[in-house]
Amino acid sequence: MKITLNNREEIFDADELTINDLLKIKNYTFHLMITKVNGKLFRKEERDKAKIHDGDNVAVIHMISGG
Amino acid sequence: MKTQGLTFEQIQEKLSGKRVGIAGAGGLGSNCAIALARVGLGNLVIVDFDVVSEGNLNRQYYFHEQIGQKKVLALKENIQRISRDVNVEIHDLKLGPDDILRIFNACDVIVEAFDRADMKQMILETVLGEVPNMPIVAGLGMAGWGDNESIHFRKEGMLYICGDEKNEIAGDNPPLAPRVGMVANMQANTVLEILLK
Repeated sequence: MKITLNNREEIFDADELTINDLLKIKNYTFHLMITKVNGKLFRKEERDKAKIHDGDNVAVIHMISGG
Repeated sequence: MKTQGLTFEQIQEKLSGKRVGIAGAGGLGSNCAIALARVGLGNLVIVDFDVVSEGNLNRQYYFHEQIGQKKVLALKENIQRISRDVNVEIHDLKLGPDDILRIFNACDVIVEAFDRADMKQMILETVLGEVPNMPIVAGLGMAGWGDNESIHFRKEGMLYICGDEKNEIAGDNPPLAPRVGMVANMQANTVLEILLK
């Protein structure tokens, strides 16, 4: 399937992934992140159930300290 | 060069009725609030629980004689020394999800200006989850020096991101005035883009 991840097209060898699957594949191990699928927020505890399909727009935003 | 079609007087007129929430009055929040006051924003709502310390003066818009004062009081004073036209509402408290929804309820835009990553996550999840139509401008990544080209802007729905999205603060990677000021002013510039549309 082809998805948009952080405004870039990416292809994955699967028809469906959970957000946690995607984070694992991409090796996103940072402990504080915001995850959105098609504009909808999914909190940490929802990432195992939230499904990603072909054509979806996914955002993974890392919470970088400092201000 | 292309102009954007508004005189400074027209910009002030448009901004005079607007209301911007600033979550945190540290390096990002204090500098962003000052920039917005200078261009004529009508109403600022500033929230912070901290006091000014000597270590803050390397990047935050405070003065030596304000050390020990509540940040929200000191910042209000500094803003009003620059502009008499801005109404500054201050709240001396540590923001939680309920306060965010209550205090920033009537704002046109919220600026995320916390230093801690867990607080950034808390406010972004609260706003994106509970008030998804509220624009929120986040500062993510500005520690260190140099590396100008890594600081960028991107929009993710109603979340507007300013910063390098990589440089975390650490003992050997402190937040310093130049890059913190760049991101704070980028946040203020983003607020203008949203409000003047």
